[in-house]
Amino acid sequence: MSENRTVWEVFIQSKNGLAHKHVGNVHAEDKIMALENARELYTRRNEGSCIWVVKSKDIISSESEDAEAFFDPSNDKMYRHPTFYTMPKGSKHI
Amino acid sequence: MDNELLNYTLRIADNSLILGQRMSEWCSKGPTLEEDIALSNISLDLFGQANGFYSYASQLDGNKSPDDLAFLRNEREFFNQQIVELENIDFGNTIVRNFLYDSYNFLFYSSLKNSKDDTLSALASKSLKEVKYHLRHSKNWLIRLGDGTEFSKQKVQQSLEDIWQYTHDMFSMDEIDNKMYKLNIGINNSHLKDEWDKIIDETLLEAKLVRPKDGYKAEGGKNGMHTEHLGFLLAEMQFLQRAYPNAKW
Repeated sequence: MSENRTVWEVFIQSKNGLAHKHVGNVHAEDKIMALENARELYTRRNEGSCIWVVKSKDIISSESEDAEAFFDPSNDKMYRHPTFYTMPKGSKHI
Repeated sequence: MDNELLNYTLRIADNSLILGQRMSEWCSKGPTLEEDIALSNISLDLFGQANGFYSYASQLDGNKSPDDLAFLRNEREFFNQQIVELENIDFGNTIVRNFLYDSYNFLFYSSLKNSKDDTLSALASKSLKEVKYHLRHSKNWLIRLGDGTEFSKQKVQQSLEDIWQYTHDMFSMDEIDNKMYKLNIGINNSHLKDEWDKIIDETLLEAKLVRPKDGYKAEGGKNGMHTEHLGFLLAEMQFLQRAYPNAKW
């Protein structure tokens, strides 16, 4: 049974309206089993209101050797951070 | 009336406890890590349900604690259906037994939810959510195994043939059932049969399995008549309380 098992990445949404967060992965033969296994492994303690599963092989990742080209250019561009504004009093969540 | 209600409540509690104990045997032995956790979770759900019904039974009894009821009764004093005490044998066999029983249990709680007895009704509503998931789990696996390889199909078909005789008792009515039904506390088991047939037939069709023919009917669990498997199960489950009475964690 274990030879052909696909790996699925699991994303849990903790509350309606929030983003789904990556929590780990599961093995499963098909999408129904992937959802059920994710439910068993990652929502036992009331963590979720919605689950996404995605086949790991379907996720396109950037390569670590590209990290410089991808991310370094933003380092010296201070103006991309909204730090030059005076915050209105009482606004806590910005 | 109280005695009959106690007995009726014990039947429900015993079904959950004994199947829970059977499912706990899968812990650390599941076919995969994910499935191991799934099977153990189902076991824990069942223990939780049993605890609820034993607490009510203990209240009705007025003397015995829920633990006394679970750990200090003998084989003939257990009123669970025989189907829940059957040995797991293998994963496919466990799935078949659970599917046949989960289908019934789902319908049973759906109906018991409307009981005039507030406690039974509340316990049924709470259990129903879990049992819906149990049914989903066993049903999906049965379809996978039935419509899987030639070998898996042959194995689950054989399990169906072996276990079928134990399904009839789910729908039988005895004196206690009738009395509870008349008082609108219990339900009429025979009324669940059509719906059960529907779930079974639809699923077997999808799983490409054949419904076994009705033959011998194994009955009597709810009156304390059991297969040889229950004694061994109780011996293991009750050992600690029997050897060290009142032992606490």
